[in-house]
Amino acid sequence: MLEFNKGKDGEVIRIRDLYKSFGDLKVLDGVSLDVYDRENFVVLGRSGTGKSVLIKLISGLLTPDSGSVKVFGHEVSALNKYELMELRLQIGFSFQNSALYDSMSVRENLEFPLEHNARHLTRKQMKQSVEAVLDAVGLLQTINQMPSELSGGQRKRIGIARTLIIRPKIMLYDEPTSGLDPITSMEINNLINEVRERFNTTSIIITHDLTCAKTTGDKVAMLSNGKFIKQGTFEEVFKDNDERIKQFYEYKFID
Amino acid sequence: MSAKSPRKFLISKKVDAFFSDITSASIFTLRFFKEVFRPPYEFREVIKQCYQVGYRSLFLIALTGFITGIVFTKQSRPSLSEFGAQSWLPSLVAIAIIRALAPLVTALICSGKVGSNMGAELGSMKVTEQIDAMEVSSINPYKFLVVTRVLATTIMIPVLMCFTGFVAMMGAYLNVHANEQTSMTTFFIAAFDKISFLDVFSSLVKSIVYGFTIGMVGCYKGFNARNGTEGVGRAANSAVVLSMFLIFMEEILLVQVTNYLR
Repeated sequence: MLEFNKGKDGEVIRIRDLYKSFGDLKVLDGVSLDVYDRENFVVLGRSGTGKSVLIKLISGLLTPDSGSVKVFGHEVSALNKYELMELRLQIGFSFQNSALYDSMSVRENLEFPLEHNARHLTRKQMKQSVEAVLDAVGLLQTINQMPSELSGGQRKRIGIARTLIIRPKIMLYDEPTSGLDPITSMEINNLINEVRERFNTTSIIITHDLTCAKTTGDKVAMLSNGKFIKQGTFEEVFKDNDERIKQFYEYKFID
Repeated sequence: MSAKSPRKFLISKKVDAFFSDITSASIFTLRFFKEVFRPPYEFREVIKQCYQVGYRSLFLIALTGFITGIVFTKQSRPSLSEFGAQSWLPSLVAIAIIRALAPLVTALICSGKVGSNMGAELGSMKVTEQIDAMEVSSINPYKFLVVTRVLATTIMIPVLMCFTGFVAMMGAYLNVHANEQTSMTTFFIAAFDKISFLDVFSSLVKSIVYGFTIGMVGCYKGFNARNGTEGVGRAANSAVVLSMFLIFMEEILLVQVTNYLR
């Protein structure tokens, strides 16, 4: 049995000198970061800079070429299959396109992780759990709908609800506001903050949406060419004179 | 992002990719035998998949089997008539259907219908990150998606094969009855006169092997789909082509083994 305690400096996730390439393409080139308990850590960057790869490495979906990824003090790449499954129960991963199971209704989508990971629960307890978490994301009325009947914003919320149902301690959000209108985006941003308050989660939010970064992030890191060029609060990062950061900020408002 | 020096290949890019594909397909197949006996068992999903494979293919299989029986009987009659051996027609048809046509026709129809469906379904799940979503939820996607589907095809293709054989024999009987006014009892006594246990047993073994092949190829192609919707189409297409090719290869091999045992 793994233990899930904070590291000696209070960190929940610690990454050191992380390198990852796909064939000839170097995606992460020596990334280091610390994420502390109940912190919302935002990773900003242009498309294709390796932001999603970073959280896939944290959840063990990918293995690094070199470097260290520690979650609750456990080196992810050193865990065996069963330990990794145990660790993943502490991690909720909200995918960019929600990744809802098309062939299942909203209720079945939410019951599915419970049926496999909480076999001791009765049908009644499962039903209560599903309804509670759907209520938390404000979509209890969609319980019997199919994913194809939901709007983009609803799909994102259901995707978040599905990850929350196993009560993770860490949430990884991959582009939570991409493809959404500004109002729905703001609702998702508020939901991310609510999830932290209600479920005491530590989060990494991958985004290129500055509003999302500003609204949700306690700490922001700017990723460019596989490296973090600046880490700090939103204001600290965007006060920097680095051309790449300035460009990112200015183009956002030209758009 | 920076580029490294061009990648070196052992032989050439295509040859390396071919051997790498064979290696990963072998590992994928061997994993089935490791996972199938390991709990937790997904009985409910296996039953659901059996329903998908069996019930949904039933009409197509029935139609194809029936037509095969009629056409084969009709085409064989003139050749036998030349030698005045029309009375051999029921046994000739029974041997052809039970030994070869029923397993082969069932497998080919199912590789088109079931194999392509599996390739497309899993391919779509792969490119929309649904398989990754299972994995990060601590659910073994191989066990839930692959083991259940391969078990379903391995169980249901033999059942469908029996059904195809029965319907094809009925088609053959109707044709014989229409031309020679033979009774059903006479037809089936004559038909099964030349059928041995080995004929039925070898057909069952063949259909088990074909069922396993269809499920495994469909799942492998779907599981390894990439490049968006284009990749899903390619996965479905290559699942059909490869499983048909393997079914013919297995047919050649299994016929040799059966003839050796006969």
